Amino acid sequence: MHPILKLVAERLALGVLLLFAASALIFGLTEILPGDAAQAILGQSATPESLANLREEMGLNRPALTRYFEWLGGIVTGDMGVALTNKLPIGEQIARRMSSTLFLAFWAAIISVPLAILLGLIAVRYQNRWPDKLISGITLASISLPEFMIAYILVFFFAVKLFWAPSFASISPGMPLLEQLHAISLPVAVLTMVVLAHMMRMTRAAILNVMQSAYIETAELKGLTTFKVIYRHAFPNAIAPIVNVVMINLAYLVVGVVVVEVVFAYPGMGQYLVDAVVKRDVPVVLACGVIFAAVYIILNIVADVVSILANPRLRHPK
Amino acid sequence: MSHELEHLSAEVAAGKMTRREFMARAAALGVTAAIASSMLATEAKATPVAGGTFKMGIQGGESTNSQDPATWASDVPLAGGFLWGEPLVELVADGSLKGLVAESWEGSDDATVWRFKIRSGVTFSNGAAVTADDVLKTMERHSNEESKSGALGIVQGIESMRTDGDVFEVTLGVGNADLPYLMADYHLIIQPGGGFDDPAAAIGTGPYTLETDEPGVRMTFARKADYWGGDQTQVAHYDAVEIIVLNDATARTAALQSGQVDAINRVEPKIAKLLDRAPTVNVLSTQGRGHYVFIMHVDTAPFDENELRLALKHALNREEMVEKILQGYGSVGNDMPINAAYPLFDDTIPQREFNLEKAAEHYKKSGHDGSPIILRTADGAFPGAVDAAALFQQSCQAAGIPLEIKREPNDGYWSEVWNVQPFCCSYWGGRPVQDQMYSTAYLSTADWNDTRWKRPEFDEMLLEARAEIDEAKRKEIYSKMGRMMNEEGGVMVPMFNDFVDAVSAKVQGWEANPNGPQMYWKTGKYTWKA
Repeated sequence: MHPILKLVAERLALGVLLLFAASALIFGLTEILPGDAAQAILGQSATPESLANLREEMGLNRPALTRYFEWLGGIVTGDMGVALTNKLPIGEQIARRMSSTLFLAFWAAIISVPLAILLGLIAVRYQNRWPDKLISGITLASISLPEFMIAYILVFFFAVKLFWAPSFASISPGMPLLEQLHAISLPVAVLTMVVLAHMMRMTRAAILNVMQSAYIETAELKGLTTFKVIYRHAFPNAIAPIVNVVMINLAYLVVGVVVVEVVFAYPGMGQYLVDAVVKRDVPVVLACGVIFAAVYIILNIVADVVSILANPRLRHPK
Repeated sequence: MSHELEHLSAEVAAGKMTRREFMARAAALGVTAAIASSMLATEAKATPVAGGTFKMGIQGGESTNSQDPATWASDVPLAGGFLWGEPLVELVADGSLKGLVAESWEGSDDATVWRFKIRSGVTFSNGAAVTADDVLKTMERHSNEESKSGALGIVQGIESMRTDGDVFEVTLGVGNADLPYLMADYHLIIQPGGGFDDPAAAIGTGPYTLETDEPGVRMTFARKADYWGGDQTQVAHYDAVEIIVLNDATARTAALQSGQVDAINRVEPKIAKLLDRAPTVNVLSTQGRGHYVFIMHVDTAPFDENELRLALKHALNREEMVEKILQGYGSVGNDMPINAAYPLFDDTIPQREFNLEKAAEHYKKSGHDGSPIILRTADGAFPGAVDAAALFQQSCQAAGIPLEIKREPNDGYWSEVWNVQPFCCSYWGGRPVQDQMYSTAYLSTADWNDTRWKRPEFDEMLLEARAEIDEAKRKEIYSKMGRMMNEEGGVMVPMFNDFVDAVSAKVQGWEANPNGPQMYWKTGKYTWKA
């Protein structure tokens, strides 16, 4: 077997084990949280009688281990069960919300990743001169502002003052793609600004690191232009650290954007998870948690594989 | 003068003032009633326009919401529920009742037996006609032993129910002159077969049918062609209504300002005046019965000593709270859960004043040992609860009362702190009538007796008033109960909060309803877009 395939297989097997561990951990944590779904649903209007009835109906009276293994039995056969709170099938809900989340993450990534790398290359080319300082200044400023702040500023100017873009991102099935893109234009802009700096700074640092090498000096002495030296000789050797940072940011775009979802009322996974935690809807929390963990694990495997493929010494081990 | 009157008339047209207020203000300007009403006729009596889509951006929706009325507790399911469904009766703006599924109703002399005549020609959205049996089954689902309904507390007093042709009859253990008001509760939406088969099917008798339902995201509704209440020029004027869940306050205001929605709820008091300046938006505040409270367990030391309770009550600067916490969108409370928005309210009960000397005096008399008195609070207890607690702490300090604030997490507040800890911040949404408010939280046997107020003489008065049909006598009893709460109760009521809504200037026909925000969720039914 090719060493890379073997590595992927090993990593996947380990990933599955990790997912089990994560689900057990999440379940344990939800058990520690005060209150249960019945109390959370009835809230201030709970009576002892209605609480008892609701607990009985939801099966919350059974021991924790029974409930966990029941859930586990379901999920290994591909059945995520129904939500405790509204009895809707979790699989269907997650499919819809995950596709919304991935749609937003995809467009944010399509714009931010190439932009970050391009800006990083430009920053290296004009190191310590005004373009470098300008790029660093703007991206660092946008990462330093809380994301809801950036969101409010963009909404104020582009939705309330100029009417260019909708203030909240309502997309529905059957909407033409262009309309959907218009609807998510502001959240995509916010996410781009939030992830740009991290990737751009890493690209800049990684390439600058390589630029100290002897072969770069050789390339320069050959008379190549600075830009050609950077993208032909320096960039390929800096791919590994860049890919790692890109993957971390992609994972963030999938699992960490709840604030942006709330501000733009975007029906993604983050909001679903937060609502479920508030209402102690344990099966939903577990399902979301496992999916988020899987996203991290898969993106990490991708990052490792790309790093290996980008490095001839690792690609052809002796 | 006429300039002033024109301005007032425009206010009525915009829904910022009721007709009654207009007539009163006009009279104050020296205009006769006949002239004033003719002024109104030209400006405010706009004819409803049928058609269009009405979009609401509403706070209070979660992805865990269901269409089962028994589970409703937040604003979004309720707002949608009143579009597709209807209870027997509805609470209208002047505080009285209007028949929906019930055409008429009457009670026996001792108010123990109530007969509701079911309106003929009312159909569910599945085409079936509503029968008295559907009503009976609905009430059974909310009151039977397996019930987990939020209305369980309301229907507990019912001894037996039966149908008699097109009449639904309720027999109570103890007479209750307010029973019809209880039937207006939003949980008690009439469902086919009582909703036993499929409680979340959203099949009801309301003017709209539910088209799409994405919990925590949005709901869309289409106008029924055959709504029993009339055609689109008479009622439910819109072709379609859309509810979009906007839990973030800034997102709501931005959506209204940019014209993406026509109405929003819960405008933050601190930005309300600013928002009202926008020419395309009207901010509308409604005096309601909801109130914020600091609750003491009267059976737990040191709050079992009435002198200490009085000390704390006198140290509470209510005016300052209304000014700083509600930004003026509210009114001061008087240490009882009742205000002028309730029927049969006695306005001669003296208002408790902020008086540090009296507070210090009572504190001294209480013989308290000077150890810290702990008030628990959380952001989620009510909007501004942490700030309100801090203001209270400062005024207590000035009176020499050692109040300490303990900030609790929002998460789990209602299960771990409220109704558990002896002194904490909370809120009440208010009820349509005094009896229901007192029965919910101040009867000895009430599940939600969050002040542990257990007084046999108070219970007796409550039951006496409940069965009393003579309104003057009832008012007298309620007045006595109010005075008793004010003097001895464990509840401190710093303020009654207004509902602050905002609608687009295009929306016409607004009439404030003290029972809730957004005309008690009837904006989709009674307004139109000009």
